Amino acid sequence: MTKKKKMKPNIKREWCKGCGICVEFCPEDALIMDEMEKAVLAYPDKCTGCMLCELRCPDLAIELV
Amino acid sequence: MAVKDYIREKFFPHIWCPGCGHGIIMGGLIRAIETLQKEKNDIVIVSGIGCSSRICGYLDFHTLHTIHGRALAFATGVKLSRPELTVIAPMGDGDAFAIGGNHLIHAARRNIDITAIIMNNNIYGMTGGQYSPSTGYGEFATTAPYSNIDHPFDFVNLAIGAGASFVARTTTYHVTSMIKIIEKAIMHHGFSVVEIMSQCPTYFGRKNKFASAVEMLKYYRDHTTPIGSKDKKNNPDLIERGIFIEKEMPEYCDEYDKIIKMASKGE
Repeated sequence: MTKKKKMKPNIKREWCKGCGICVEFCPEDALIMDEMEKAVLAYPDKCTGCMLCELRCPDLAIELV
Repeated sequence: MAVKDYIREKFFPHIWCPGCGHGIIMGGLIRAIETLQKEKNDIVIVSGIGCSSRICGYLDFHTLHTIHGRALAFATGVKLSRPELTVIAPMGDGDAFAIGGNHLIHAARRNIDITAIIMNNNIYGMTGGQYSPSTGYGEFATTAPYSNIDHPFDFVNLAIGAGASFVARTTTYHVTSMIKIIEKAIMHHGFSVVEIMSQCPTYFGRKNKFASAVEMLKYYRDHTTPIGSKDKKNNPDLIERGIFIEKEMPEYCDEYDKIIKMASKGE
């Protein structure tokens, strides 16, 4: 039986306005802001696919895939 | 369907400021509609004027971007002529309770099946940060540089007093419960009012010493509590969130249909 692949956030950089909400409220601290003030998934191993970043993103820039 | 199937992607990135809560509410509304598996063609979004009302341009349903404060008047017209449609009216705090206050209380009194989503950011953001009917006593705005001496409306109690059959309050921080509340509000057969506290980091935040949207969300997290919780007894200043009223009442379009049937019998 194959293990179901965990969903990870895919961040659309062109839509991200860098408010930092996803980074601050990620329960696992998996996201960081890069030097361009855009959110990036820096630690994919920490991500549990809880979806909170997607739901709280005001720019609709995050989608779990 | 995915979120992108419900939006008009060509208008993105949207016009709202970085960290604006209205985007979170739009996401929540889309996910609620997605869960309810409503057909896109069966949904009408009617908005007025203001930052919040820009939501109409981004959502790929039937949308009406109408005049300031009159979203509910247009929504009432749509609902009465096509009662089978799901009518949702996202409005700002000024739109709903200042210039459109009368429309709201009368829509509530009639109990017409419309879902009013009040995107309450405590300020008029689009026009430059004037205080609104929900800017608190002692808070600051562009037009209240020495602090606001008006007392704010309690939207929940006002809606209950006006006779709305579904009244709820939530915040952009509590996004999962926001989605569930919007689902229930849409499913409710009657007039539903959902107040969603939404951060305006650009005007309300900057004038009221909130460093960022993140700080405002933390404020919502720390200063709200579920209805009837123990914390509220210990700290009466906490703002309650949840569903305050959910009751069955005769719906306006149903009642109107009865009148039409009665009158069509002749005599």
